[in-house]
Amino acid sequence: MSAETSSRSAILAKVRAAIKDKHDEHDKHAAGETRDVENTKDTMTRNYRTQALGDRKAVLDRLVDRLIDYDAHVAVCLPGELAATVAALLARRAVELRLRRLVAPQGLPASAMPPGFDFVVDGSGGHLLTAAELDQIDGVVTSATIAIAETGTLVLQNAPGQGRRALSLVPDYHCCIVAVEDIVATVPEAFARLQATASLPTTFISGPSATADIEMTRIKGVHGPRFLDVLLVRSA
Amino acid sequence: MSAPLDPATAPTFPMAARTLVGDTQLRKNVRHATDVIQAKRRRVVDEMPDWQALRESGRQIREHTMRHLDRYLEQFERNCTAAGGVVHWAADADEARRIIVRLVQQTGSDEVIKIKSMTTEEIQLNKALQAAGIKAYETDLAELIIQLGEDQPSHIVVPALHKNRQQIREIFRSTMNLPDLGESPQDLADAARRFLREKFLRVRTGVGGANFLVAETGGVCVTESEGNGRMCLTLPETLIAVAGIDKILPRYQDLEVMLQLLPRSATGERMNPYNSLWTGVHTGDGPTSFHLVLMDNGRSEILADEEARQTLYCIRCGACQNVCPVYRQTGGHAYGSVYAGPIGAILTPQLQHMEHAQSLPYASSLCGACYEVCPVKIDIPEVLIHLRNKVVEQNTAGIKGLFDAEAAAMKTMAMIFRSERRFRAAQRLGRMAQSPLVGSDGWIHWLPGFAGGWTQVRDLESIPKESFREWWEKRGASDVR
Repeated sequence: MSAETSSRSAILAKVRAAIKDKHDEHDKHAAGETRDVENTKDTMTRNYRTQALGDRKAVLDRLVDRLIDYDAHVAVCLPGELAATVAALLARRAVELRLRRLVAPQGLPASAMPPGFDFVVDGSGGHLLTAAELDQIDGVVTSATIAIAETGTLVLQNAPGQGRRALSLVPDYHCCIVAVEDIVATVPEAFARLQATASLPTTFISGPSATADIEMTRIKGVHGPRFLDVLLVRSA
Repeated sequence: MSAPLDPATAPTFPMAARTLVGDTQLRKNVRHATDVIQAKRRRVVDEMPDWQALRESGRQIREHTMRHLDRYLEQFERNCTAAGGVVHWAADADEARRIIVRLVQQTGSDEVIKIKSMTTEEIQLNKALQAAGIKAYETDLAELIIQLGEDQPSHIVVPALHKNRQQIREIFRSTMNLPDLGESPQDLADAARRFLREKFLRVRTGVGGANFLVAETGGVCVTESEGNGRMCLTLPETLIAVAGIDKILPRYQDLEVMLQLLPRSATGERMNPYNSLWTGVHTGDGPTSFHLVLMDNGRSEILADEEARQTLYCIRCGACQNVCPVYRQTGGHAYGSVYAGPIGAILTPQLQHMEHAQSLPYASSLCGACYEVCPVKIDIPEVLIHLRNKVVEQNTAGIKGLFDAEAAAMKTMAMIFRSERRFRAAQRLGRMAQSPLVGSDGWIHWLPGFAGGWTQVRDLESIPKESFREWWEKRGASDVR
């Protein structure tokens, strides 16, 4: 038996001895009665809010308010206006950030890749961009699985239109497209929606990269994208 | 390099604190930073009408987890392994260090990029990596400041909070060779971005910790602000994480509670900029090899002590540090451990099997502010008193106890208080004995020998010339109407 295997059993034995308690069901287990943790009923008291406090409009307003509070830029459009609005957002940043080469994950609609910019689709021709190649890219456009109004959070997963995690990390500019029906009000609603795809690589993004390590001042932009635009697409 | 904070060799809290409270710059920095975080926390906590309900659920989840920890550990291991992760078990810090060093060596790499992790600080991992010829680059801004400044962390969440911008600029100027660096936080953050970008792109192995391990999915959650964590856990080929066995959550859904409690308590934000959640390895996204080291290192002993078990509920938000009147005066280094403040005062001695850091349970006025802000309702004062009790019991047990001055004094006191005659005699004796010690203001500022422990941090009122009983008796029967 390797040292690690014996540590495993030693740790588990110590843990079992530590929590052994005459008054709980562990003794039944010790007597040979098996109990599968996965099937245990959730006995936790959950009296916290799971629903929005206001109507849909209030939820949308709250998301916009939170995003702006994080120093993200927010735009709203109808589905038919997607191409023009993305183009306008990119153009707005083009001068400041010298936005020229952008990356898009597979599955992003063509309308989200306006002409006038040099778009590379990650994985096209079977080639995933290397980290060094990504570092030469000025920005990224993705969609999102959901957005959380209460906390101003975008949730990205490894899915079509969102791609792998490095895409929304290495470039300095991120434009994220969110369908209004994918906006949830609260964090608990978000987890209910995410449960089915829980095993996918998942990133919660709340505003541009930031730090408060120097005198507790929130400063925008350390290692992740320093510039974040969010485009909310209303249902037609 | 300044020696890592090691509770086994650190001076006692009162000794360390005496030096540190003399550092006015440090006190100013700590005061400023903790004031700012507290104000931010209050704002985002007050806007949550269900904050107390969240705290209650947070506590119940942690309590339930600990009561069934063995199964949840096994369930996590099973699910993480099924998703392509490799789970290792380490009984103590030494075993954890050996496993991690070996895993890094197997990658053929002699350098690693590091995600901020208190657990790696707890086991002094960087020292072990260095001894094995492996260079570790800290990538969190605060940890980078600590590493380049050859300093030690002083706070769980904001490890360099004892440094102000001018001090940080000096460190960056000399170590990054940037003579013209400005002192605005933006300039300093930009310098760190440029300094680390090359390392993120080049180094093939990432090492870090975990905020939560989800038993139900085998998933791991890391919360951060800067994106350095995402870099370390996304770009390398190999990712190695070490986590205490207490980091488990039963369900994916439990994150909905923790990810509301943690950011608001820790940095006063509605949500910190980035949370990463992943399960094992995912083809075409992130490292191709993922190792997770589950470490005990004293935790199962804390679990066994029912009155102290709640120590393990901690989710490392640091709110208790920011609010603590003792921490705010001394800063973190006085605690001689990477876990400072109220949570450190209960966690550190227990991780040391109560053999070291015995002065820490006394480093508190028991004001209870830590309990009020704790997102998982750990009753820190209750545990502090329990541990003080343990320290006393330990020091008065067996042969050693016969020679313990405090225990002897307490026994004598008990003997005196039991008899009126002895009590009166002791008062008379005390009045005579105290005379050389009483100051012109009628207070005693210094006591000799072991009793000096009392007057080291407070004054003692002298015994009055006449006791109440003596005064009462002198009034005589005639005064009684």
